[in-house]
Amino acid sequence: MAVSSPRPRRRFRQPSVIPGFGLTLGYTLTVLSLVVLLPLAALVARASGLGFSGIWGVATDPRVFSALRVSFGVSLLAALTASLFGSIVAWVLTRYDFPGRRVIDAVVDLPFALPTAVAGIALASLYAPNGLVGEQLAKVGIEAAYTPVGIFIAMVFIGLPFAVRTVQPLIAEIDKEVEEASAILGSTRLGTLTKVVLPPLIPAVLTGFALAFARGVGEYGSIIFIAGNLPYVSEIAPLLIVIKLSEFDYAGACAIATIMLAISFAVLLLINLIQAWSRRRFGYV
Amino acid sequence: MHAATSGSTAIRVEAISKTFDTAAVLHDLSLDVRAGELLGLLGPSGSGKTTLLRIIAGLDRPDAGRIIFGGDDATRLPVQERAVGFVFQHYALFKHLTVADNIAYGLNARKRSERPAKAEIKKRVGDLLDLIKLSNFGDRYPSQLSGGQRQRIALARALAVEPRVLLLDEPFGALDAQVRKDLRRWLREIHDRTGQTTIFVTHDQDEALELSDRVAVLDKGRLEQIGTPDEVQEHPASPTVLKFLGDTIEVEAIAQNGRVHVNGRETPVSAPASAVGPVKLYVRPWQLQFADEEHAHLNGFVRSSYRAQGRQRIEVDRPGGKLLVVEASDNARLDAGHPVGLKINSGYVFAN
Repeated sequence: MAVSSPRPRRRFRQPSVIPGFGLTLGYTLTVLSLVVLLPLAALVARASGLGFSGIWGVATDPRVFSALRVSFGVSLLAALTASLFGSIVAWVLTRYDFPGRRVIDAVVDLPFALPTAVAGIALASLYAPNGLVGEQLAKVGIEAAYTPVGIFIAMVFIGLPFAVRTVQPLIAEIDKEVEEASAILGSTRLGTLTKVVLPPLIPAVLTGFALAFARGVGEYGSIIFIAGNLPYVSEIAPLLIVIKLSEFDYAGACAIATIMLAISFAVLLLINLIQAWSRRRFGYV
Repeated sequence: MHAATSGSTAIRVEAISKTFDTAAVLHDLSLDVRAGELLGLLGPSGSGKTTLLRIIAGLDRPDAGRIIFGGDDATRLPVQERAVGFVFQHYALFKHLTVADNIAYGLNARKRSERPAKAEIKKRVGDLLDLIKLSNFGDRYPSQLSGGQRQRIALARALAVEPRVLLLDEPFGALDAQVRKDLRRWLREIHDRTGQTTIFVTHDQDEALELSDRVAVLDKGRLEQIGTPDEVQEHPASPTVLKFLGDTIEVEAIAQNGRVHVNGRETPVSAPASAVGPVKLYVRPWQLQFADEEHAHLNGFVRSSYRAQGRQRIEVDRPGGKLLVVEASDNARLDAGHPVGLKINSGYVFAN
């Protein structure tokens, strides 16, 4: 029985029992274009009206520059903190069983669900100089509210769930026998932790970091309540965009937005590259 | 099959008891492991064999009793300091490390003052890779290898630290039949070459009988018997051991004047002096033989038969609905429904 073999063709998909590749891909592209790409393109188009030198002028404006520095600098710091703290929270919630574990586990998601303004008011009243925590901090000379410290606190707050939820499934997956194997081979507890347990978590921690960072950069609601919004000190870039809009400076607003877009894209790309590398390096080969 | 190595005692397990939550897992269990021997811990699941292995390794603590390594009490010694090698059923390799790094892990984990030089570690890893016949796999990651290869790496990793004793927990349990067979033979070879004191846990009697110098049969947290494979097979200490070592047929019998009688006929089986009156006679499938009516101890009808590996296995329905399996080398083709008589050639009787 001679079967004429068809010329090998490049395949875009694996054969599957469930049909619908064309439909789903088409849908994906349409929605992505309408919801994500089109608005971004409009934004860039609007900003491009200023020309490159115009955008450069906006970016180097001291107030804009300072706002961008606050936004991205504090976001990075906050994401770093959220990742570290979130990983510990995820560890405790996954590895140990204690009364109230499920409640705490549910509480982790609150920053996801809370309207950001509510979070902002809560944080502001807590960290204000006459607030519960703010009072204590003031005693040791730390001013939380109305400074970048406040922005940092708000960003950690909203970024935490991302850091926890991305790492949690991987911690749950850790094979207890692998830890035992390491101990039997003579490794100290610290050695087991740093050489066996943590490396496979790195890709997930990076994912959490990227998400928390992205969320921090984009956050507006909770921050403006606690930040005090002093130009050159605690003013974030999104707020500056709102201010430009309220002054009917659409092109200026778009310019700042475009700059933010470019920086965010660059940072996320970088994180993804590190992630791809660490995935290759630390498992899932 | 293998002569027991009559070395000194390497590990003494002394009256170990262990309870998990409320279920007792080990009862007052004692046994000696001789230096250089390959000891098989055999038992059904839930017999406590893995728990015993983990207690020897230091992964679990006994509630009572002592573990003695070469004369020193090791009961309270933390797992890191026991210098044992352990191979898990599911390999437990470090996925993010290469094969070579996995094997070198135990050496690299040592304190700087005790750690061999880099070049020496590299050489040791190379030697072990040769030993497990995976010389060119040092740079691979565990996920790129087959189950059998991974288990060999787990073994090399355990051997790298030159452990006092090598402990294997159902090492071939997750592998398919052919690989399992190869690995068994290979483990025996490695053991013969290295003379490493080794304890392995299995629920597979063939595996235990083929590999071990001595077999320890565990049941419900107690040691039923320990001996060479020949000893436990020829002189099982209890019905539990007998049943666990292979297919058995239970026959109601009467012990009389040192002989065992079945259905009023005398069998060649001699009864121990302590067995009097109604007893249970245990017979292996190959200890039965087809016989005509007047010599038969048992009667029944052929239900079905099949051939495997040059032998015939015949299922016989006995009156009362009991089913027994006979193993015969005769080529006589027995049709279903055919009446047959069976003669008992030998068997086992325990004191009642």
